[in-house]
Amino acid sequence: MSTFVALFTISLNAILAENFILVKFLGICPFMGVSKKTDTAFGMGLAVIFVMGLASAATWAVNEFLLVRLNLEYMQTVVFILVIAALVQFVEMFLQKALPALYQALGIYLPLITTNCAVLGVALLNIQNGYTFIESVIYGVTGGVGFTLAIVLFSSVRERLEDCDCPKAFKGFPLALIAAGLLALSFLGFSGFKVFG
Amino acid sequence: MEKILYAVLVLSVMGAAFGAILAIASKIFAVKVDERLPKLTACLPGANCGGCGYAGCQAYAQAVLDGKASIGQCAAGGADAAKAMSAVMGVEAVEVEKKVAMVKCRGQNHLPKARYAGIADCRSAMFVTGNGPSACPNGCLGFGTCTTVCKFDAIHVVNGVARVDADKCTGCMQCVEICPRKVIVPVTYDADIVVACSNHERGAKTRKICDIGCIGCHLCEKQCEYDAIHVIDNLAVIDYSKCVSCGRCAARCPRHLISDSNLRTDMDAVPAMQR
Repeated sequence: MSTFVALFTISLNAILAENFILVKFLGICPFMGVSKKTDTAFGMGLAVIFVMGLASAATWAVNEFLLVRLNLEYMQTVVFILVIAALVQFVEMFLQKALPALYQALGIYLPLITTNCAVLGVALLNIQNGYTFIESVIYGVTGGVGFTLAIVLFSSVRERLEDCDCPKAFKGFPLALIAAGLLALSFLGFSGFKVFG
Repeated sequence: MEKILYAVLVLSVMGAAFGAILAIASKIFAVKVDERLPKLTACLPGANCGGCGYAGCQAYAQAVLDGKASIGQCAAGGADAAKAMSAVMGVEAVEVEKKVAMVKCRGQNHLPKARYAGIADCRSAMFVTGNGPSACPNGCLGFGTCTTVCKFDAIHVVNGVARVDADKCTGCMQCVEICPRKVIVPVTYDADIVVACSNHERGAKTRKICDIGCIGCHLCEKQCEYDAIHVIDNLAVIDYSKCVSCGRCAARCPRHLISDSNLRTDMDAVPAMQR
């Protein structure tokens, strides 16, 4: 039971209180780049959930069985980038063959994620927080869910901003940045909660 | 020393291992792609305009390969693309007539029915004010929704009226699709004689709301020796199978709305109304 509560705490934290984009400010690049339309934002979100879960599992294993054994923890960043990049490439090839429908749905977003700092961030945070394997995977997947929540919310805001009548200097990107700031402020409210101690 | 050695070793071994795995995986998971697909896609303009009805150039090329689509549906690529694609597919080339979009309005409806100050988009203007804020029920609204969909920089709003640059226009007809007033129509690039009005109102009413709208006076019809122009529902319509581009109707039209050269030069001489 206590594990369940711990996992629930991790999930809720990853989705709301420690949202990767709006609280930790990781993965801002796709957040601004792919948020013009809600359906593309959702596609990106799905791909991020998928990759973050996989990357958490792979990097946890690499760290535990390779880096820790050889006292090479200081190489985490470099090794994780290598692992994630290779993993994404491999998964892309595998999906194209085995699940063409999913491959079509994730489309160009999959290779885009290779260099996403949210994915590297989740791998490093797993180690920093001392999570077990299960906890790491849960943290990765729910972190992706948090990412999806933020980017879908933001894209619907942006779709409305497209049509608004605003000063020319604010049109487009500046207004989007302001909206992102306000959204981040609102998510700060969640960190007031302490979930289950 | 040992530490550095381990670090370098681990990283290079991992790199090499991943490289090998990916190389093997690319062989195992290789998906067979018809070698004609990239060739066909290369024949197309690559603008992914969607004028053919498919999601993009590659989707259309795939459809041609699958036999679901015929060669020559790509308006943007025109005859060149059709020729190149026919060569790849090994079939006879088909002749494709170049079509361009034309705005059938010169926007002189100087009496707005209502003042519209909402979102600067024709669709929104049509929605909010019933049938649009202009007194003419068929004229161009000039908010430039068509300009936002043009991938070729070929349509612009000049003095409150959308105007197509026929040489830049590739005929993808995205503007025709999106125009809520349906005032943009496809015409053949070589069409010399065009009617630049879409108004079906009766002459007396058209006179009140527009200086250069078609009043259905039938003068063009009487001038034509080839039975090629007719007033249908208060608007002159040209039958291009009979038209020989003699230009007599254009010369006779009291409203000067029949153009002698596809709105490219003649119509520019007539200044459009300022809004």
